[in-house]
Amino acid sequence: MVYLTRKAEFAASHYYHNPDLTPEENQRIFGKCNNPNGHGHNYTLEVTVKGEVDPRSGFVVDLKQLKEILHREVLDAMDHRFLNKEVPEFSTRIPTTENLAIAIWQRLASKLKQARLHRVRVYETPDLFVDFYGEA
Amino acid sequence: MKAHLTRRYMFSASHRLHSHAMSEAENAATYGKCNNPYGHGHNYSLEVTVSGPVDESTGMVCNLADLDGFVEREILQRFDLENLNTRAEFVQTVPTTENLCTAIYDILQRGFTQAHLDKVRIEETMMNSFEYAGAAEIAR
Repeated sequence: MVYLTRKAEFAASHYYHNPDLTPEENQRIFGKCNNPNGHGHNYTLEVTVKGEVDPRSGFVVDLKQLKEILHREVLDAMDHRFLNKEVPEFSTRIPTTENLAIAIWQRLASKLKQARLHRVRVYETPDLFVDFYGEA
Repeated sequence: MKAHLTRRYMFSASHRLHSHAMSEAENAATYGKCNNPYGHGHNYSLEVTVSGPVDESTGMVCNLADLDGFVEREILQRFDLENLNTRAEFVQTVPTTENLCTAIYDILQRGFTQAHLDKVRIEETMMNSFEYAGAAEIAR
């Protein structure tokens, strides 16, 4: 089994707010991230796939295809977007880095054919990242 | 849905690697420059990884403000800009980065209850790093 990681970057804005909570609770839990006008980050995404090395091509996965899937499913949808308003997953879920990693996993998992998705890592800043390995 | 969250913190400290169980010659042979009697310092980068189900209401594994507060209070205030050899954690053990990893892991394991502690990773310099996950295997 070989693991391959592809990195991509995107910039997006978001804010944290749960409509089921009072304004005071939202403020207490989310602090400055609760500002309804939002704020932004340069996100770094690392997608790790795993599989056996194809004896003919020497590849775990066709990198060109992986890059196309990443662009289509993630970057086109999220880069330079306001996550709360423009990405459907976040109309009902708060766009924390945790939920972003889960949403990206769900967008990618079914689209990969040759190799299986192993890990989605999302850096919100260089000092904070979330890993998601699927539901198991 | 279980997710793993990692937060990085920086601190600076000095240490001297010297074991009371060894002779002067053995210490010098084992620790080399790190055995210099006056000690030396590093800018340490500490990564704390915690995991747990993503809370439906907050979208979080744990509130970062809680983790930051705990690490600031219990770890950074204890070690930042200190001489590690003078701290209680290193009375019996040599303040190698291995032992620093386990000491910090134990502090988190005992005191931080808002999420499961996966591992502690420390970079002593850009060229070396150490990880400790208690009894668990390090996740790939």
